[in-house]
Amino acid sequence: MNRDLESIRNEFPELERYELREGPSYQFELSRREFAQVLGTGILISLAGQSIFAQGANGSRQTDGADRLHIDTSGIVTVMTSKVDVGQGSRTQITQAAAEELRLPVSRVRLVMADSALVPDDGGTAGSRTTPATIPTIRKACAAARELLLEMALREFRSENSSIEVRDGVVIDPATNKEFGYTDLAKRDDLNVALGKRARSDVAITRVENWSVLGRPTPQVGGEAIVTGRHQYPSDIQRPGMIYAKVLRPPGYGSKLISIELSGAESMAGVTALRDGDFVGFAASTSARAEEARMAVAGTAKWETAEHPSSDNLYEYLRDHSSTGGSRGGRSGGAAKGSVPDGLAASKKVLRASFPIAYIQHAPMEPRAAVAEWQNGNITVWTGSQQPARVRGELSAAFRITTDQVRVIVPDTGGGFGGKHTGEVAVEAARLALAAKRPVSLRWTREEEFTWAYFRPAGVIDIAAGLGDDGSIVAWEHINFNSGGSAIATPYEIPNTRAESKSCDSPLREGSYRALASTANVFARESFMDELALASGSDPLAFRLRHLPKDRLRTVLEAAAERFNWSARREKLKGSETRGIGLACGTEKGSYAAACVEIEVDAKAGRYRVLEICEAFECGAIQNPLNLRKQVEGCIIQGLGGALQEEIRFANGRILNPRFSDYSVPRFKDVPLIETVLVNRPDLPSVGAGETPIVPVAPAIANALAVATGARIRSMPIRDGVFRSV
Amino acid sequence: MEIEFKFHLNGKECSVKTDPRRPLLEVLREDLALTGSKYGCGEGQCRACTVLIDGSPAPSCVTAVSTVQNRQVQTIEGLAEDGRLHPVQQAFIDEDAMQCGYCVPGMILTATGLLNRNSNPSRGEIIEAMNGNLCRCCGYGNIVKAVEHAARLVKERSSR
Repeated sequence: MNRDLESIRNEFPELERYELREGPSYQFELSRREFAQVLGTGILISLAGQSIFAQGANGSRQTDGADRLHIDTSGIVTVMTSKVDVGQGSRTQITQAAAEELRLPVSRVRLVMADSALVPDDGGTAGSRTTPATIPTIRKACAAARELLLEMALREFRSENSSIEVRDGVVIDPATNKEFGYTDLAKRDDLNVALGKRARSDVAITRVENWSVLGRPTPQVGGEAIVTGRHQYPSDIQRPGMIYAKVLRPPGYGSKLISIELSGAESMAGVTALRDGDFVGFAASTSARAEEARMAVAGTAKWETAEHPSSDNLYEYLRDHSSTGGSRGGRSGGAAKGSVPDGLAASKKVLRASFPIAYIQHAPMEPRAAVAEWQNGNITVWTGSQQPARVRGELSAAFRITTDQVRVIVPDTGGGFGGKHTGEVAVEAARLALAAKRPVSLRWTREEEFTWAYFRPAGVIDIAAGLGDDGSIVAWEHINFNSGGSAIATPYEIPNTRAESKSCDSPLREGSYRALASTANVFARESFMDELALASGSDPLAFRLRHLPKDRLRTVLEAAAERFNWSARREKLKGSETRGIGLACGTEKGSYAAACVEIEVDAKAGRYRVLEICEAFECGAIQNPLNLRKQVEGCIIQGLGGALQEEIRFANGRILNPRFSDYSVPRFKDVPLIETVLVNRPDLPSVGAGETPIVPVAPAIANALAVATGARIRSMPIRDGVFRSV
Repeated sequence: MEIEFKFHLNGKECSVKTDPRRPLLEVLREDLALTGSKYGCGEGQCRACTVLIDGSPAPSCVTAVSTVQNRQVQTIEGLAEDGRLHPVQQAFIDEDAMQCGYCVPGMILTATGLLNRNSNPSRGEIIEAMNGNLCRCCGYGNIVKAVEHAARLVKERSSR
């Protein structure tokens, strides 16, 4: 597991702060005790170091884990990657990228994702890395296959015509009309001899202006399997002889099991009941039967409970439990400039404010699920995780077997949002499968997901800033207790700045979330920018533009303001007590977002409602406008949840609202009018888009509320004793 | 205690012998291997488990299997006819109304139930009818468009 965490850290240093660093979830008291997948005939293309290898798929593998492409004799090209699709559209976009370079239609590219027995290691799926890191790698491999096809075709034609191209998977010799395509290539068994080694770096990928598949609106690959119910999510995997499991959970966080009497369950026909250390689980032919077994003995469990703080005094707790003098990795700021104390001393006006940010849950539609099957001491697990290599490591550690004995397969999964980086459910299912000697399916309940998964970190952010005689910001200090360092450095031009991310002892288990801490940091910064604009008597848009260099963030801010018609609307709504507009912007992971919103307030009732959100977003060259729009709109609406209503409450080691009837998330009726402005930059590399669009939503709403009511609410969710959203 | 039940499942007679208190969802998924209906909450709050009972949408996670005795149950697996997608399924593809897709079977059946009783719903009626169904990818915009598109497809097919 260490190696996997190491590779995650190397791949994406910002994740460090967020990545759960825990030991294996269970210490089992165990006694110590293939690449046989048929891709069909054809050839495998592998990348190892700087070289490309091609070989018959039936031959022995020389480069274990490095196979990237398989070309079968019917002309279907299979591309392999360790990335997963949890709804962010990676399957579609990687398929497009491969099709583009292979010169094939999307329908002739098949993607195998996240099967540890088949795919090369591209790392986990996190930090918006698939688009900027994995897609270029896959494009190079596919371009290499295309070049290989071309080279073999020229040999076949005995031609040196350098203008010949691959079209629709085929090369045609203009002199003779002879054809040579991927189907022909797949039948060659002399490729190793013919090719030798070839440097990878000499392969050119297709320039943006020549894209014919990338950049085009491409609907979701695999859509028919989804609308017919045929697609099998991790919860849906069926194996011969499979049984279903339930787990007995502790009554609260930190509780330890002292004893339990299992005989009441063991005596039930067809039931496997197991205690191993702190783990207690049951498996039977149906979930109902397993639940019956669990209930039969749950009352006999004796627990040692532990003190645990309450969400009522969470923010004091975090301040009291922060580590001094430091940050726990990640983008902790560090980019200090000038002297904040001197800048504040020289300021005409100094403002200070604190912003509390609640814990929230990812609540993906599909709770954690796994099917585990042992065979001859080796295990195969189907599970929904964004970090299959980590899950493999957890299984290897829990059962004291090598990772070679563990195969992890991640079928396209029902949502992640950064919430599925761990493998607890896989380990639990595997433990029960070992005991039951049969494949076991374990699906967490919604309540388990709300309680025993992890949360987006809560935090408190303190900001102090000073305005100079001319109304510009001369000093800025931003300190984040616990919620993390992403986007903590201000993008505004300010002579004296300091930012710090302090780590605290978090009462709840916490980890990644869509956009990480940048949602919290941008909320605090953009709210405070409006407070400063007000203090300096400026229009919030003009105030920001005054401090923003001419760059990509400025461009999206101007684009959103223009589409929203900011200035005219601001003029029109001046003095309105029922309507207000607000804006905010932010950047993270190389992409840029700005939003303008309009809200409606019922001051008497203390209620407000978001009427309209206009967001501009830029992530370099757009690879799939359909998927991009889905990601941006999804971020906006999911962001409304955290902005308006989501908050995990807890006391005495229990979550107080662990179900959808108590934890409200956005529904159809909550969706305002949404307008998105997708700013395309074909001159810039494409980066990820599944996270950053969430960041400007909450502060734009808080700013609109302050304009309409004069009430500045500094918490997420945005509500206080007087105002809350409808 | 196990009891034998008969009901019509996707147009065919079906018989199961089981504990009558079990949720229909679990029986569909575990006893009948129909995994298209999804578990999302177990309290009827997210409607990923929606099936049609006598043509009306119902959350199968809080429907005891005993209550469907002798009734017509339709799941996502039974919606396409002779390999031809139902108009609502086709509309979800046409409008690209899916991300992770886990909510989609429930969305499609809820929309089908709506169109069964109102062939020409307004946008407001669609939102009202669909509001019980959660999509955590928050693809609500495309889903509303898909239901509007589905209403047009139903009309086209029936006028042929």
